[in-house]
Amino acid sequence: MASIQINNLRKTYDGGVQAVKGVSIDIKDGEFIVLVGPSGCGKSTLLRMVAGLETITDGELFIGDRLVNTIEPADRDIAMVFQNYALYPHMTVYNNLAYGLKNRGFAKAEIGKRVRKAAEILEIGEYLERKPRQLSGGQRQRVAMGRAIVRDPAAFLFDEPLSNLDAKLRVQMRLEIRKLQKELGTTSLYVTHDQLEAMTLADRLVVLSGGEVEQIGSPIDVYEKPASTFVATFIGSPAMNLLPLSKDDNNWKLDNSAVVDVKLSTDLAELTLGVRPEDLVIEELSEKFDTGLHTALKVTAVEPVGAESYVHGTIGEGSVDIVVRAPGKLHFEPGQILKVTAKPDKLHTFDMLTGKRIELQGTLEIA
Amino acid sequence: MLKRVHFQPSVLPYLLVAPQILVTLVFFLWPAGQALYQSVLIEDAWTGNSEFVWFENFQLLFEDTEYLSVFYRTGYFAGAVALTAMFFSLILAGFADRIVKGSTIYRTLLIWPYAIAPVLAGALFVFMFDPTLGILAYGLKLIGIDWNHKLDGDQAMLLVVIAAAWKQIPYNFLFFLAAMQSIPKSVIEAASIDGAGPIKRFWTIIFPLISPTTFFLLVINVVYAFFDTFGIIHALTDGGPANSTTVLVFKVFKDGFVGLDLGGSAAQSVILMSLVIALTVVQFRFVERKVEY
Ligand SMILES: Nc1ncnc2c1ncn2[C@@H]1O[C@H](COP(=O)(O)OP(=O)(O)OP(=O)(O)O)[C@@H](O)[C@H]1O
Ligand SMILES: [Mg+2]
Repeated sequence: MASIQINNLRKTYDGGVQAVKGVSIDIKDGEFIVLVGPSGCGKSTLLRMVAGLETITDGELFIGDRLVNTIEPADRDIAMVFQNYALYPHMTVYNNLAYGLKNRGFAKAEIGKRVRKAAEILEIGEYLERKPRQLSGGQRQRVAMGRAIVRDPAAFLFDEPLSNLDAKLRVQMRLEIRKLQKELGTTSLYVTHDQLEAMTLADRLVVLSGGEVEQIGSPIDVYEKPASTFVATFIGSPAMNLLPLSKDDNNWKLDNSAVVDVKLSTDLAELTLGVRPEDLVIEELSEKFDTGLHTALKVTAVEPVGAESYVHGTIGEGSVDIVVRAPGKLHFEPGQILKVTAKPDKLHTFDMLTGKRIELQGTLEIA
Repeated sequence: MLKRVHFQPSVLPYLLVAPQILVTLVFFLWPAGQALYQSVLIEDAWTGNSEFVWFENFQLLFEDTEYLSVFYRTGYFAGAVALTAMFFSLILAGFADRIVKGSTIYRTLLIWPYAIAPVLAGALFVFMFDPTLGILAYGLKLIGIDWNHKLDGDQAMLLVVIAAAWKQIPYNFLFFLAAMQSIPKSVIEAASIDGAGPIKRFWTIIFPLISPTTFFLLVINVVYAFFDTFGIIHALTDGGPANSTTVLVFKVFKDGFVGLDLGGSAAQSVILMSLVIALTVVQFRFVERKVEY
């Protein structure tokens, strides 16, 4: 077990693609870190640099207190679980688990003991003599996990290990991975683009975009205080509503019309206002509360999703789409006008140009 | 419900396969039939009269110790050619699989020998290994090896094995490389994380995973050594010295066209043909079923 220190790591591929542009993460011993971001943002590249499968163009990588930039993958004391499992197709499950131990010169008895223990933990004991092609996807996944845990490495690296499983199995394995990692206490770096996986697994989330870190923080922090409009729209489903506002005579306007009623204590002349769908309340359906925002919504569609409904609509000239997430099965006609409102502490403000979060002093005045 | 598409009867399909069938008939089935027919006749080389003798030609062959020794020699030759060609192409493919830069050039260069006609390949080796003029014979002399394949039967055999194997390396190389590249990269990466160095990875992961290709190539190479090496042997040693490089296919030629024993030569062709048919059957039946992992 060990900490992992990623210092300003960069990767430029042959041909000039800058996949990772200076990423720094301090991973504490035993911590579960999830790398999340859209496709092509460099998650796998970063993980593979930590594994030693990709050379490091620039920066420093420490595992424990050892600088491992140029150390072979085998000598980094890490284990990796691949998206396609990468089991050895010609070996039995037993030999798949034992391979890494054999290569490291473990005694036969010790190998047997470790393999059986890992098999027991992962409940794959009865498949030890089978070949990978005789296993289901979920069982292969477990074997891949087993191959990682038999070696008792300093760190686990996961590259979208659950994305080939069906939805139900994915939830189950997610819970098991979490439980296993807590029991073993092994430092883990986990790549996914599934935000639910990211939110539920992570001690801390690292949101990447275009090869750069957008935000590092606990899932709740990232959700409640997104550092940028990118994070705000990437984490959370449906995505956070964003309203580009500009100030004119002390009134905030959207599309040059004062359709939004909000008071913000700032000298800025323009900003992006963010509010999550579940923080928007339809006034007709709620009790009175101190509101920070008022606006009128023209319904375009209602999506019932079981216990709640997503009300889609537009405000202003129709240029800004808004989603409201409201409990219960709701019925609104398209074209119907609804008044929506949000509490002042539920509003997020971002710089309109850079997209970075702005904390307004004294928060928001009440309208 | 399975629905079949039915076409109107038409001559077009027959026309389309006609050239192929014609070629097979004229260049394969007809000569094969001729060989079968000839193999049961004994023809008088002077008068041209022939006599139907049942299997006497075959009987004579198997009683002939010289023929049996050619049989063993051919086995040895085919084994040596197949193993040499496969061993070196395997190593070259292993390297080609690893390199990233300049791989196209490397591959193109390796494939060239395949485009050279066997007789030309033979001529090439004749020049290089000529005991008095050849550059390689000269080089060997410098390190104390007296090279003269025109006198030394073992050296002659070595020479034809090298030339024949050299010619077959590109073919094997292409198949090995394709097989290696179809192994998922992550499996190799997993092995390297599991502590296996490049050589260990090759023998414990790559080699077992390409075993179907290896088996396929083994059959192809043996068939090649049986049949397609005639040109090389003809150009290099002409079966000599003292028959030390006379293999089955070469003996067919020598007995038939030089010795004018058409019946015996035809009987040899029939035996050779059955060998290849047997090998091909083995290949078709076992390649897909037996060699699996
Ligand atoms: N071997 C390579 N050579 C050149 N460019 C590459 C190579 N591998 C990846 N890239 C590029 O680097 C960028 C990051 O790729 P990476 O695989 O890390 O993305 P990712 O975040 O894992 O995406 P995904 O979620 O789709 O797996 C992409 O723009 C990709 O095209
Ligand atoms: Mg990826």
